[in-house]
Amino acid sequence: MATAARKAPAKSRSDGKSAGLSAPKPVDFTKDEELDAYRRMLLIRRFEEKAGQLYGMGFIGGFCHLYIGQEAVVTGMKMALIDGDQMITAYRDHGHMLAMELSPRGVMAELTGRRGGLSRGKGGSMHMFSKEKHFYGGHGIVGAQVSLGTGLAFANRYRGNNNVTLTYFGDGAANQGQVYESFNMASLWKLPVIYIIENNRYAMGTSVSRSSAETDFSHRGASFKIPGIQVDGMDVRAVKAAGDLATEWCRDGKGPLILEMQTYRYRGHSMSDPAKYRSKEEVQKMRSERDPIEQVKARLLDKKWADEDELKTVDKEVRDIVADAAEFAQNDAEPDPSELWTDIVL
Amino acid sequence: MPIEILMPALSPTMEEGNVSKWLKKEGDKVVAGDVIAEIETDKATMEVEAVDEGTLAKIVVPAGTEGVKVNTLIAVLAVDGEDIDKAGEGIGEEPAKAETAAPAPAAAKIEGAAPVAAAPRTEIAADPDIPAGTEMVSTTVREALRDAMAEEMRRDDDVFVMGEEVAEYQGAYKITQGLLQEFGARRVVDTPITEHGFAGVGVGAAMAGLRPIVEFMTFNFAMQAIDQIINSAAKTLYMSGGQMGAPIVFRGPNGAAARVAAQHSQCYAAWYSHIPGLKVVMPYTAADAKGLLKAAIRDANPVIFLENEILYGQSFDVPKMDDFVLPIGKARIHKSGKDVTIVSFGIGMTYTVKAEAELRGMGIDAEVIDLRTIRPLDFDTIIASVKKTNRLVVVEEGFPQSSVGDHIANQVSQRAFDFLDAPVITIAGKDVPMPYAANLEKLALPNVGEVVEAIKAVTYR
Repeated sequence: MATAARKAPAKSRSDGKSAGLSAPKPVDFTKDEELDAYRRMLLIRRFEEKAGQLYGMGFIGGFCHLYIGQEAVVTGMKMALIDGDQMITAYRDHGHMLAMELSPRGVMAELTGRRGGLSRGKGGSMHMFSKEKHFYGGHGIVGAQVSLGTGLAFANRYRGNNNVTLTYFGDGAANQGQVYESFNMASLWKLPVIYIIENNRYAMGTSVSRSSAETDFSHRGASFKIPGIQVDGMDVRAVKAAGDLATEWCRDGKGPLILEMQTYRYRGHSMSDPAKYRSKEEVQKMRSERDPIEQVKARLLDKKWADEDELKTVDKEVRDIVADAAEFAQNDAEPDPSELWTDIVL
Repeated sequence: MPIEILMPALSPTMEEGNVSKWLKKEGDKVVAGDVIAEIETDKATMEVEAVDEGTLAKIVVPAGTEGVKVNTLIAVLAVDGEDIDKAGEGIGEEPAKAETAAPAPAAAKIEGAAPVAAAPRTEIAADPDIPAGTEMVSTTVREALRDAMAEEMRRDDDVFVMGEEVAEYQGAYKITQGLLQEFGARRVVDTPITEHGFAGVGVGAAMAGLRPIVEFMTFNFAMQAIDQIINSAAKTLYMSGGQMGAPIVFRGPNGAAARVAAQHSQCYAAWYSHIPGLKVVMPYTAADAKGLLKAAIRDANPVIFLENEILYGQSFDVPKMDDFVLPIGKARIHKSGKDVTIVSFGIGMTYTVKAEAELRGMGIDAEVIDLRTIRPLDFDTIIASVKKTNRLVVVEEGFPQSSVGDHIANQVSQRAFDFLDAPVITIAGKDVPMPYAANLEKLALPNVGEVVEAIKAVTYR
């Protein structure tokens, strides 16, 4: 899909130069990159399908927001990171955690509320963290992670390191006030933060056109002199190219940047959402024509970098990882009752 | 092995549902993602997608069946060339079998009315000894707070202060005076007027390991930021299973100042004290302000540090020591006595101290406890005192309902009922928004006369 570029207003930039940003052309992946992206995205897809299944069986409680359809966004961005770069997101977070290489067992066991879960069973689907992997959650309050992510970037600038923070939020959160408070400070202080707006077209059940006066989210930083780019979030190559541009921008000390990822979720907002606000045809069309995993698969087959059997083997390996995680998550013990009183204060 | 398709749970509260429609019939090929059935839950009609690939071998629960329990076998899928007839064989012949479906494992393990273990006790150290001969320096609360921040910023480069007008303006109430000159703009950060946003930025920086001091120009404005304080700062340590916390101090003036009316005159001690994961400190003297702010900055947890504009200019003796740090969570016996216990904190102590002097003239020897910390609350000190005096009055400026005093009265009645010789009296601000007019404002706040009367009442004078 063609991506609309936008230029930041040349005159108003404090450095006096035009940001001149347009969406970079997707660069063709090497064979290794394609296979890597395929495997990473497939892991998220299969993991989420399994999570949906375990939810149906009653192993997972509460809210469970699946990432199916949006896999290219976290995968392409992860491919653009260096060690120490941080990531933070909201509650549709399983894909982000797998992209940051948190253990599938740990994530799944957290979903089932077991002691081997990443938060020892005390956080659940929406609240997982890993300091070691630089993943800062997993937040249940829409928009709160945007200020927090800006604070992570503040810490990077304070320490004078070379790291950037990926701060993810949705088209729904993009209307929260603290997002703009954060934009203002990030731009004012030139913080190394990439605001990634995952526009999956629906804020729970409300479509973008019904909730947003400006539906081009790449423009949302205009009042704060933050340039933005619209990216085809269903094409992992386009995401990676945008990620490369954005991380370089931040590491060069140019301040924040907005990437609007145009993406789509196949499932409802959460497991209990019947998704009656959109047509089956719309979902089916995205699945059959734009699926991020099928796009990579088609290129792999087309270029004869892999045949069906080899891809089936990858699928089998991924399924085994997911099956192992599910097995662990169903059989691990619940937290010890004494855990009720731990981790409240240090 | 054929795959069993079970009645799914499709909402957090669903226990059973109706199979409204089958969209595939026996013998149909199914791939992952195909909608195979429609199920009516307590909330909506949901589509059920196949998770696996295969052939629908047998529909066990026909369309139109109501009240099907979650996890009941509803269909069987044959995989990869399995014989469809064999796959469905002997399954679901007896309807009773569906009834015996295992309940959700999590639900099965919930124990009935088993007693819940009490919170473990945490021992808190006593105040440090002040060596004999230590010079005492008369210091305002304002200077003490500034000194505490400056000392901690010298000690640890990760400590920084941010807020509105903290740097170039030198602090709206001059608490950060001189800090910009000593530490520079990297560590003394002026923010825009965006409490919600900069509170979140502070918490994010704390999660990354820095030690922010976030100044609110007043705690009234922290209402804009309360989601970040409670949902992000206070709860993350628990939600992360102990992996990630927020070592951060939120400080600023709290409560009524003078003639600033309802929106600028509110005490938040009771509000924040409600929240597990927070520590809440509210000092009265300059020495406590200094020692406790230093402790708060070093604390690994989010600390709410409630100051008071009227106290800023008051002077108290502060020991001249290299590193004067006080324990959070320990009350201080301001004056010991035997006839009645008066518990107060922050600005409430000003009424208490005056009342105590008046009572002395009447021959009543009151013990005055300055809580200093509201959470964790030092009940040991209160209970020990009540056991000695058998009478308790609590004094605070905040609203009366669900006040700190209410909580103390409740705990004392549970832990020391037999020691009480009179009902506990709680003195608080009146249950009205703060009025502007000078005379009405005075009426809305507690006063020394009320404290004296309460003490006369509990001592039956």
